[in-house]
Amino acid sequence: MYSQGLIGTDSRSEETPEFLEAFQKRIDADEKIEPNDPMPEGYRKTLVRQIGQHAHSEIVGMLPEGNWITRAPSLRRKAALLAKVQDEGGHGLYLYSAAETLGVSRKQMTEELLSGKAKFSSIFSYPTLSWADIGAIGWLVDGAAIMNQIPLCRCSYGPYARAMIRVCKEESFHQRQGFEIMTVLAQGSDEQKEMAQDALNRFWWPALMMFGPHDSESSNGDQSMAWKIKRFTNDELRQKFVDATVPQAEYLGLTLPDPDLKYNEETGSYDFGAIDWDEFWRTVKGGGVMTRERLAARNKAWDEGEWVRDAALAHAAKRKARKEAAQHAAE
Amino acid sequence: MDRSEALFETLIRLADDHLILGHRMSEWCGHAPMLEEDLAMPNIGLDLIGQSRPLYTYAGEVEGKGRDEDDFAYRRIERDYRNLLLVERPNGDFGHTMLRQLYYSAFMEPFWREAKNSTDETIAGIAAKAVKEVAYHVRHSGEWVIRLGDGTEESTRRMADAVEALAPYVDEVFADDEALDAAADLGIIPSPKNLRAEWDARIDAIFAEAQLERAQTVSISGGRQGRHGEQMGFLLADLQYVQRTYPGLTW
Repeated sequence: MYSQGLIGTDSRSEETPEFLEAFQKRIDADEKIEPNDPMPEGYRKTLVRQIGQHAHSEIVGMLPEGNWITRAPSLRRKAALLAKVQDEGGHGLYLYSAAETLGVSRKQMTEELLSGKAKFSSIFSYPTLSWADIGAIGWLVDGAAIMNQIPLCRCSYGPYARAMIRVCKEESFHQRQGFEIMTVLAQGSDEQKEMAQDALNRFWWPALMMFGPHDSESSNGDQSMAWKIKRFTNDELRQKFVDATVPQAEYLGLTLPDPDLKYNEETGSYDFGAIDWDEFWRTVKGGGVMTRERLAARNKAWDEGEWVRDAALAHAAKRKARKEAAQHAAE
Repeated sequence: MDRSEALFETLIRLADDHLILGHRMSEWCGHAPMLEEDLAMPNIGLDLIGQSRPLYTYAGEVEGKGRDEDDFAYRRIERDYRNLLLVERPNGDFGHTMLRQLYYSAFMEPFWREAKNSTDETIAGIAAKAVKEVAYHVRHSGEWVIRLGDGTEESTRRMADAVEALAPYVDEVFADDEALDAAADLGIIPSPKNLRAEWDARIDAIFAEAQLERAQTVSISGGRQGRHGEQMGFLLADLQYVQRTYPGLTW
């Protein structure tokens, strides 16, 4: 989703060559860039966009999984899912805070999400249709997220890198939880196996799309790599994910929905079939099955919560005024 | 009613209250008025569902028929649920949800505090953990009731509506109930009746700060006897969906 965050980024900047060179030297020396450090505008903008879209994805990602909280099949699963979805909200919160260090407010980012200007990961535009989808999301979506985020723990921007360390720990717990759901289903009744296979069929390709367009189509990848905002290319990460996931699917006894998937002795990796990039771009541009509903749900929550937020501000102002009045009276 | 029967029925009542209220709270997940509440509300829901689990498990042990927590939570008919009508009330707006939470938590805080001294060791253990969680629930929901009551014109009106809407369900919290009364006589739990004065004082103090008035109304009850409101069936349809569609499987 983070690589998707770079789509359409304008990373050009107008600083002097000396300034850019000095900045690049710091990056090359693996120094962390901190909020008050001088940085090229393109670097700042790229990060704002990437962190913002990552945050939005966490927030919107609460919806497809939240869809199964009330229907989770056991109390243990219900508690775990509730905790997981709550973690995602927490990730959103750290990420908005990390983005705030770059001079953009949470309010501003929220408005961009709600208006549809800012994007969220394409994966959350797919519906969750069965309990097995919750397993598949944990296993594949959180698995893909980890693949993307582990390198981000070494991202050149300090606050983002540090936020990622905590996020990764939680994501890896979620991934294991999802895989465990799939394990139980895969070893269960025929209906459960079918449910697990169906979820895998529907989420496999969308999970591969999470890594973003092919490197050849990813126009800003080089600059982000040079700035160490990204540490691996989209295709490298996608390949790592496939290589890690194929044996897990085999262990589960489930079939990945790709007839071209084959182990390549020479590369030591799995070759895989062609991704449907039309579907990818359609989804990224707002045409996913659930894109409108996700955005509508966020807007509804925001609009219906306005009176609550207004009341909290009004109450705080009243308290402050009363306190000041009491102080004046005492003086 | 003998000891184990009183204990079993008490456990089911408490567990059902916690499960159903936790379920209602979990319905907010991803739809809260602000991100902080998207964290706080599921957290409260999680505490409540977490508290229901040892209560159900212990009820199964006391009953001795091999039923586990999920048998109770998922595989009973509506009439067998013994929760208060208060906790099954639909969420309504954020103000309704917070007031409902405050009403229940302000009851359970002294309840768990007293139950730490239960003659039943398992209940005392559950109470010792729950009392810390419920203190946070009272604080969180109480602070919101104050903010919203003494906020804007709109929030004041909405909170007054919530007070009116939930008033009929308060008396049932403290009403006579054969099982709870028997358990209280045996020192297993405090008698709900005896917690009313403390509850009233707590709510009055919060309402005074919130500039809200208590509402007088006719009481409605029935939850403790398994006579629920119409919304309960839909809640259970949601809750039990997977277990009912695929009976007898492990998840």
